[in-house]
Amino acid sequence: MAIFIQQLCNGLALGLVYALVAVGYSLVFGILRLINFSHGAVYAFGAHAAFFFVGLNFGPVPAIIAALVITGLLGVVIDKTALAPLRKKRSVPIAALVTTLGISNIIQNLLVVKFGSQRKPFPDFFNLGAFTLGGIQFSSRQFVMFGVSLVLLLLLLLVVNKTKIGLAMRATAQNAKAASLMGINVNSIITLTFLMGGASAAIAGGMVGGYYQVVYPGMGFMIGLKAFAASVLGGIGSLPGALVGGLLVGVIESIAALYIGSNYRDSMAFIILIVVLIVRPAGLFGKNEVVKV
Amino acid sequence: MDITGRLERFFSQRRIFFFAVVIALLAALPAFGFSRYIMRICIVISIYSMLTLALNLVAGYTGQLSMGNGGFYAIGAYTATLLMINAGLSFWSSLVVAAAFAGISGFLLGLPTLRLKGSYLTIVTLGFGEIVRMILMNWDTVTNGTLGVRNIPLPSLFGVSLSFTNHGLYYLALVLTALVSVFCALVINSKVGRAFIAIREDEIAAQMMGIKTVRYKVLAFVLSATISGIAGAFYAPMVGYIDPNSFTFDISSQIISMAILGGLGTMRGMYFGAAALIVFPEVSRFLMDYRFVIYGLILVLMMRFRPQGLLGWRTRLPYRFGKVLERQLAAEGSLPPLL
Amino acid sequence: MPLLHIKDISLSFGGLKAVDSVNIRVDEGEIVSLIGPNGAGKTTVFNILTGIYTVDSGEIFFEGNAIQNKIPQDIVEAGIARTFQNIRLFRNMRVIENVLIGSHIREPYNFFQAVFRTRRFRDSERENTLKAVRLLREVGLLARTHDYAANLPYGEQRKLEIARALATGAKLILLDEPAAGMNPQESEELLRFILSLRGRGYTILMIEHDMSVVMNISDRIYVLDYGKLISEGLPRQVANDPKVIEAYLGGVPDAAENNRA
Repeated sequence: MAIFIQQLCNGLALGLVYALVAVGYSLVFGILRLINFSHGAVYAFGAHAAFFFVGLNFGPVPAIIAALVITGLLGVVIDKTALAPLRKKRSVPIAALVTTLGISNIIQNLLVVKFGSQRKPFPDFFNLGAFTLGGIQFSSRQFVMFGVSLVLLLLLLLVVNKTKIGLAMRATAQNAKAASLMGINVNSIITLTFLMGGASAAIAGGMVGGYYQVVYPGMGFMIGLKAFAASVLGGIGSLPGALVGGLLVGVIESIAALYIGSNYRDSMAFIILIVVLIVRPAGLFGKNEVVKV
Repeated sequence: MDITGRLERFFSQRRIFFFAVVIALLAALPAFGFSRYIMRICIVISIYSMLTLALNLVAGYTGQLSMGNGGFYAIGAYTATLLMINAGLSFWSSLVVAAAFAGISGFLLGLPTLRLKGSYLTIVTLGFGEIVRMILMNWDTVTNGTLGVRNIPLPSLFGVSLSFTNHGLYYLALVLTALVSVFCALVINSKVGRAFIAIREDEIAAQMMGIKTVRYKVLAFVLSATISGIAGAFYAPMVGYIDPNSFTFDISSQIISMAILGGLGTMRGMYFGAAALIVFPEVSRFLMDYRFVIYGLILVLMMRFRPQGLLGWRTRLPYRFGKVLERQLAAEGSLPPLL
Repeated sequence: MPLLHIKDISLSFGGLKAVDSVNIRVDEGEIVSLIGPNGAGKTTVFNILTGIYTVDSGEIFFEGNAIQNKIPQDIVEAGIARTFQNIRLFRNMRVIENVLIGSHIREPYNFFQAVFRTRRFRDSERENTLKAVRLLREVGLLARTHDYAANLPYGEQRKLEIARALATGAKLILLDEPAAGMNPQESEELLRFILSLRGRGYTILMIEHDMSVVMNISDRIYVLDYGKLISEGLPRQVANDPKVIEAYLGGVPDAAENNRA
């Protein structure tokens, strides 16, 4: 039972990080109807940026903030240099998909060139020690991670649902053409989306780096897929969906690791993904789209 | 008529001659006394030609981008290897079983096409490739887990083992690639190929013409998987050692880069893409570190500037009716004028 | 027995009744038009007929067989083919290949016969290609045979789409706004073309906005508004039906009142 509760907490904490990454997929998908394959690499970039700034003796919090800024900018650069020209040319959707795949390759392998492909130790900076509750030992890292993610996610939800910019984002997601006719600058909304996606991925990267105390260029691949599974499960394009989906994926895989074996932990996300896509492609919070002929 | 059109006509009118020359050159290649290193590169190119031709069937003609083809390749390699080592089967029967087994897995992966389109399907194929790798890593009792399988025997023919030294491996690669190429050409130039392309062009319109689109999409996956499985079954004995990390997502991504560079939906582009991306890192060793960065750049730049691929033009040659039909059409006065 | 008999079909999207108890019959050899203001549900009727949507209630008989809620492929096999409001050709395929896709269901060989190039494959391909070329000659696209569909001018793309539908061997052709985007000469030519189709034994059900086309060639007309049939009959009767005029011009009583004032 104690192990079960520990795993559950572990799953909830990781789940919220997945949600934080999933938000990046959902925001971009909501507006561009594009699955941004480069998002996992952007997350790895964020973790390495934090690693780099920690190495410069920035201290953990300033390092993560610096990483957040630079990764957010990376998101914007990706859109401006590679994706915006495709939109301008009205390329087929698959072109954008392949482009993000290429960007993912570029980022991940530039990280390999700069930092090497091996695992590098990351400071255990938000460990406030372990504590015992009801005879069960908990790590404070989980709680810090859970708390920070939750606050950020709620903040994002607030921005999207309660601010003028959020309204513009939702309008653009509904109908970009109409939004632009209403005077919304769709291009800057898209830029903002990539900025937010990149920044939240950087925070997630920094936290997971601290949680496992390790960063490496390939770290974004698996978590990218898990976060994607989470956003699909919740209903891609929906922020509350990303949150719920992330939590579910985190908990399911932790419980599966406990009962099926930790080797199969990583495959749970795929199984969830495939089952959801086949049974209910719109996800928990999504709406089915009607075929137009 | 522009330059590509003229070139095409030039080559098309002499195609039998050019085919003969290319085949003779490829067959005579070992006689030039190239090093084992060069011959190995040629073999790897032919393996990747098969893999890109396989991808081309689903992604190029049918328009379903698969990122799981590395999975079929792995299934082919492991099935053949385990049959040879554990069951003592010959390479040839292992090859057949491996192809069939990969084909069955292609059928299973093709089934989600019932419900999924576009990016969603692509993600599922990616997930499939990773699940295959996880099974290979974790099913220790059968696959020997992360340690992989060593000492895979070379294929042998009439008691002669086909190796690098006697160029048997090279000729085997050549024959397999030729068979796969002919097979693809035959499939594409039939109602099956037309149905594939129609699905790519407009799936709903294809349905409205009575094409059973789900059936054809699944068929495309099965064919693609079978061919990838053949490539895998050949790869394993060629290198003599396989482990799950020989089949990471990078393989699928490399196949896609090659196909896109050459031009999806053409066969010529597949050979070109495979050759270019295999030779390129070899001749530019100093760029080795940047190899995958460059693969990524290729994808980004191609999508931006030439999404149809370097060799991906629509042919300017007239539709080929064949001699018999041409005569018949001329006789009834309805031979369509050329462009 | 009518060739096509639509009996009381209804379909809702959410709360919206897109098609509401519609009855249509088309006899063999007729040209029947389905008209109505934008959003009246005309294309939805076509989508139901061709199996893209399934009905909530009602029945559709084609040559006496129930075809409602069958999959599109079975409906083509039964003998109904269509064109689309916004042309949906296979743009990167040649004109001849587009027609050959139309005759896909008339190719009796299977996959293995294709790979081994058996006699059955060769005969069937030759036969169908021959038919396709003849069809192109009949519709006046012979000179375009080798061209890619995307390179055709608009009017010819419309024609090719019709030729592709004919190649399926269908008896009933559904034309969704064939004259859309055409200039008067082009629609004049199209009109003659559609009449010639009837001359060759095809039955036509078409959606059209161009009243000169509709009034000139329709044997009968059905008028749809907000998913309901509001009028039907000969072109002349429909044209003078006050309900139709109201649906098209809206607020006729208001106009009348304004006149009085």
